[in-house]
Amino acid sequence: MGGQAVQFLASGLTAGSIYALVALGFSIIFNASRVINFAQGEFVMIGGMSAVSLVATGVPMPVAILGAIGIAAIVGLALERLAVGRAKNADIVTLIIITIGASIFLRGVAQLVWDKNIHALAPLSGDTPIAFLGATIVPQSLWVLGATVAVVIALSWFFRRTVLGKAMLATSYNPLAAQLVGIDIKKVLFASFGLAAGLGALAGVLIAPITFTSHEVGIMLGLKGFAAAILGGLGSFPGAIVGGLVLGLLESLGAGYVSSAYKDVLAFVLILVVLFFRPDGILGAVKSERV
Amino acid sequence: MESLAQSRASGSEAPTLPASPRVAPRLRGLAVLALVLALLPFALVNAYFYDVAILVCLNAIVCVGLNLLIGYAGQISLGHAGFFGLGAYGSALLAANWGVPPFAALLLATAAVSLLAFVVGRPILRLKGNYLAMATLGLGIIIAIVLANEDGVTGGPDGMPVPSFSVLGFAVQGERMWYWVVGTCLVAAVWLALNLIDSPRGRALRALHGSEVAAEVVGIDSAGQKVMVFVLSAAFAAAAGGLTAFYSGFITPSKASFMHSVELVTMVVFGGMASTFGAVVGAAVLTVLPQALTVVKEYEMVVLGAVMMVTMIFFPRGAVPTLAARFGRRSR
Repeated sequence: MGGQAVQFLASGLTAGSIYALVALGFSIIFNASRVINFAQGEFVMIGGMSAVSLVATGVPMPVAILGAIGIAAIVGLALERLAVGRAKNADIVTLIIITIGASIFLRGVAQLVWDKNIHALAPLSGDTPIAFLGATIVPQSLWVLGATVAVVIALSWFFRRTVLGKAMLATSYNPLAAQLVGIDIKKVLFASFGLAAGLGALAGVLIAPITFTSHEVGIMLGLKGFAAAILGGLGSFPGAIVGGLVLGLLESLGAGYVSSAYKDVLAFVLILVVLFFRPDGILGAVKSERV
Repeated sequence: MESLAQSRASGSEAPTLPASPRVAPRLRGLAVLALVLALLPFALVNAYFYDVAILVCLNAIVCVGLNLLIGYAGQISLGHAGFFGLGAYGSALLAANWGVPPFAALLLATAAVSLLAFVVGRPILRLKGNYLAMATLGLGIIIAIVLANEDGVTGGPDGMPVPSFSVLGFAVQGERMWYWVVGTCLVAAVWLALNLIDSPRGRALRALHGSEVAAEVVGIDSAGQKVMVFVLSAAFAAAAGGLTAFYSGFITPSKASFMHSVELVTMVVFGGMASTFGAVVGAAVLTVLPQALTVVKEYEMVVLGAVMMVTMIFFPRGAVPTLAARFGRRSR
């Protein structure tokens, strides 16, 4: 029984880390522009599929991973330049349609560039399971957890110690004030898309050996990442991480102890409950509406 | 007093009266729509063309309702395919398993979905913008997953057959007859929507779209109005869903999917928000486009995605209002 619980916790934390990485991407773009980027899940797909293709051409794994992140980042930058950046002052519905359009477009392109099949990526350090407190954990799970911790440390350094990171943070607090102190908020938005796409691609590369990848994986992962971001409080970085982990854990425990068929329902029921009772998320600041 | 009356009388001679003062301007568009629907069969050369026209009408009914919610009240929903799916499955299950006459099944299912929308409407519509998008999206996905998982009742992901349709013992069969049925329903839906928009309730919706605080200040119960239009749009979606189920004779959970919700919102936004005829045009264009693209099936998603992005970037007001503005300028 104990081993089973550890098993569920381990798989929950693995999935949760992936959700957290996707949710971070949502929050980074939201902070720079108040846009919810529904194409965020497609960066995950592009990362996974690109890595599979690069490995198939004989490129060593580390290079393939960096290449996949690079490809997704370029797609993200192009998305900002060609679509979202051009409609920045549009209302929320318009922006939602643009990014959903982008996600359908990217999925369509992926289906043409690659195919409709499901692909597996080789794990980073073999697939011999590790026995741990009565549970068996695949080594790739440890890579997912380790990489997520590394990303969180790197991001907190980036936002505290670099000029671009500080500029992005300042823009999220108050775009007008940020502009007044000389921050180019257009550049911030551009960089945000690149960063968010890179994070999504990393998530896609990390999860591909466990859950496989195809041109359609972005839909659910994107929606779960959005749910995680809302759960933690949209725009909050600690919130995105906590939201992702909580969502992953609850899903895994729910699938294990309640019903695996309703695993995905659980995530969205949770979101509705949180939205009804605490619309700003678990870690979001409670904003009172001024009348 | 006398001079005022005099000046008014003399003033009234100058401007010419509108040609038909008895017909409200809103009903002229309705007449045009009815005329187009009545004449369209001359262009429908075979059953396939009828099939596409029926699908256009069914989608247009959903879009006219959804446009009241998105375009007029300014509340987004990314979950209306859920209501569509529930209407479809509700009608089908009542008719197939419970022996309810098809027409009564359609009405019962629509009423049940309206009740559901009424119950969830108030807490959901307290949310705004991106949070509202997330909540409606979540609701739609929950419905879609339940429909796909309860295979004992719904037949699961493979779908279920639906009995044929009849109204008060009169069987509706064949594309031709179905076309007249859904065409009539569409005209009725548009008539309802136009009347609502021109009523005090419609003005209240537009007011709260502009500013909920300002609307409250002038005495509008904005929460109640939002729930009312949410329920109405859900009822339109459920009724169209039920009709779709009876027409096609088979339904799958994909009709309740997130992608279908996105398609519906895209039709509304493409045609033009806050334009009832825009919703009809959007439904027509985006229903016909994938049919035309089946020749180049593998490019379908690329083209659909590109159309969505390009329209929203260059014509954020949508096709019909943009064209109307351009046409208006030229004629002047």
